[in-house]
Amino acid sequence: MDERGEKKMRLTIVKREPLPGWARIVIPIAAVVATLLLSAIPILIAGGELWKSYFYLFYGALGTRFNLLETFVKASPLLLTGLAVAFAFRAKFWNIGAEGQLLAGALAATALGISLKSLPAFMVLPTVIVAGFLAGGLWAFIPAILKTKLKVDDVVSSLLLNYVMIHIMGALLFGPLQQPGSSWPRSSEIIAAAKYPILMPRSRFHLGILIALLAVLVIWFINNKTTFGYQNKAVGINLRAARFGGIRTNAVILWTALISGGLAGLAGVGELCALQYRLIMDISPGYGYSGIVIAMLGNLHPVGVLFSSLFFSIIIVGAQTMSRMTGVPVYIAEVIQGMALMIMLIFLLFTEYRVKVVRK
Amino acid sequence: MLSITKRFLNVAANRGISFRLYPGEICALLGENGAGKTTLMNILFGYYSCDEGEIFIKGDKVDLTCPRDAICRGVGMIHQHFALVPSQSVLENVIIGADTGKKIFLDLKSAKEKLRQIQKRFRLQLDPDAKIWTLSVGEQQKVEILKALYRDVDILIMDEPTAVLSPGETEDLFGTLKSLVQEGRSVVFISHKLNEVMSISDRIIVLRAGEVVAEKKTKETTLRELANLMVGRELLEKLDKKTMPPGEPVLEIENLHALNDKKFPALKNVRLVVRRNEVLGLAGVSGNGQRELAEILFGIREASRGTVKVKGRLLRLGSPVSAIRLGMGRIPEDRIETGLLMDLTVEENLILENHVSPEFQRRGLLDFKKIQRFSEDLIRAYDIKTASPHAETKSLSGGNLQKVMLARELAGKPAVVIASQPTRGLDVGATEYVHQRILEERERGAAVLLISEDLDEIFALSDRIVVLFEGEVMGEAVVEEASMEQIGLWMSGVRKK
Repeated sequence: MDERGEKKMRLTIVKREPLPGWARIVIPIAAVVATLLLSAIPILIAGGELWKSYFYLFYGALGTRFNLLETFVKASPLLLTGLAVAFAFRAKFWNIGAEGQLLAGALAATALGISLKSLPAFMVLPTVIVAGFLAGGLWAFIPAILKTKLKVDDVVSSLLLNYVMIHIMGALLFGPLQQPGSSWPRSSEIIAAAKYPILMPRSRFHLGILIALLAVLVIWFINNKTTFGYQNKAVGINLRAARFGGIRTNAVILWTALISGGLAGLAGVGELCALQYRLIMDISPGYGYSGIVIAMLGNLHPVGVLFSSLFFSIIIVGAQTMSRMTGVPVYIAEVIQGMALMIMLIFLLFTEYRVKVVRK
Repeated sequence: MLSITKRFLNVAANRGISFRLYPGEICALLGENGAGKTTLMNILFGYYSCDEGEIFIKGDKVDLTCPRDAICRGVGMIHQHFALVPSQSVLENVIIGADTGKKIFLDLKSAKEKLRQIQKRFRLQLDPDAKIWTLSVGEQQKVEILKALYRDVDILIMDEPTAVLSPGETEDLFGTLKSLVQEGRSVVFISHKLNEVMSISDRIIVLRAGEVVAEKKTKETTLRELANLMVGRELLEKLDKKTMPPGEPVLEIENLHALNDKKFPALKNVRLVVRRNEVLGLAGVSGNGQRELAEILFGIREASRGTVKVKGRLLRLGSPVSAIRLGMGRIPEDRIETGLLMDLTVEENLILENHVSPEFQRRGLLDFKKIQRFSEDLIRAYDIKTASPHAETKSLSGGNLQKVMLARELAGKPAVVIASQPTRGLDVGATEYVHQRILEERERGAAVLLISEDLDEIFALSDRIVVLFEGEVMGEAVVEEASMEQIGLWMSGVRKK
């Protein structure tokens, strides 16, 4: 600090004037481009040929009709968990438990999907979907009640409940839900009426994808048009002032938790009823956790979440083909996802601050 | 500092300001809100960098890029909003970021000893192990001063230091500042309170709209001259208070007992009645239960015993919704943390309390057209300076924030108005506006409870004055029969003359 007389350059970060509206669109795109460029480093380290790797990354995700539809299949649980997290975070309800809520939804869908044989067929699927939503919602209700009534930290409680749910699931899959005669922790297959219809022939493009897209619209509508969306935003901005102004903040947090957990529950229903048809321990490769990243990447905005979940699924699906064709391991997808989040956060920082060169 | 210019979004906050500070003086920077006082000092503190101009400290030309640079050069600044860690002790807060040498472990013992000596030298009595959150605002300010002294600053900048202090605490502060300059240190005192500036400073620099309009020796100027310089117009706050007989009781507080955050009794058997067409002024040194009483009335704090009634109907304690339903207009002392949602738009703030009323929503859907029309009407009626109803609330100045607060709380013509420190931190113009609004509410028929530490304000607006001391009502007087001395005695806990 005392290099007197000596000229020296230094970089500091200073607050900048607010950016115009278009920056909110340009910056995420720039972040994605930067991520892809920087991905060259791990790809090269893994010994891949650069252009070939990039080509197969995108070809594998978008190049053929089947791959493109498969990208949507992969995006739907990511979109739902991303929306779940984004909606909760908007009210500063730190729901890290989308994974457990997803499993709760899948569990409810399994239980009903196996047992609802006597119900008229057209009522089975709606029942399963509603039950999955409620199961996820109620599982998210627990940390919300702990937060509002006992002031228990929601990050910790919602996170730990994920492990509770994994063990409940394990207990059920080795117990009452285990497929008779099987020694594996897996359930029987659900009945046909409980399966999501496939909407496009020769693909796995299923009803759940439409449900997820519909959820984007619904959440956008709630956020922007309803009194509840207003309350949810107010609670997130300043809980004390919201309460002072007559908003029943505890009720808002509880309802937010219900909707958030419900969306994650729907992701579980989709995985079960459209893809697996039976509950297994590995029903989710961490979609709930990816949802946190996707929500942040999407700036907690439902449309942003839509695009960030598509980006994630492109990387995940494309990495399969890339790996097959170039020998780069599929784990590269996770490296790219991690980089995307960090780069996005850095870019978002620069929407508010800029670097300034100072001569001393 | 020579010809300093600083622009924010093409608005010049400082225009070619030159400013000199001599050792051993208290120099006051006087000006209305938004005159550029704080901006100028933030530049000296390295918090902002100036667009044009040069800064010399003790003869060296300096380029301050961050507060740390400034602190190294002996410049310390205490902002209006303190930078303390509430969960840590006084000592820990004082040594945060201070030069601790190259040791890995904190040498708390010698730090404490050093702090003790500073405390003794400047008579700043505080328990070094007390946690910040248990301290009053005045005590927290002492911690900030200790922080600066611990870093051995020669130039101490204080931004509106008395805005949060009671009269007694202000006197303490002035004593401390005087002992500082006796040692040859210098103090910059930012304020818009004329009488304080007159009583503490050696030299006064008046800023208006980012420019220096005058520089005066304190001895050679008068209150009236300063007021004129500051606002650029003759300032005569002569309130037109109509005589009206108070009506029937509207707000009735019975046997109210409550605990403060530290679980000590804050209110003891408080009984108050406020009538229609009446302003009841609640005076007292800060920390004598005013905040707790206000919070109970606002519905954000529970009482241990007692009742609050509005027009005979019981307030459900601890329920803001109940307070709103009973028709209470509530002006909290902390409009930024409690009153307003700074990240929402102006119109979203204006509808906060009645956004669920059928006026603004149908079946849960907000009616944005009606909301905008309602907001535009209020913005006009209350002369709120904002770019649009959709502007973010945090873009407004202090006075306009308070106008938003008033507009929201008074729009529904409340039966009771609770105004807690309603002019704290406001400039002369905005203060005058708030005072007039309060009197208008009184004339309209509201029962007004004015909680304030500003005795001039209490005397100017109230019909009756009640003094709170250590949570108890010390005395009550009709304003015509009350004397400043009597009120002062009550405030210091003396019951009889």
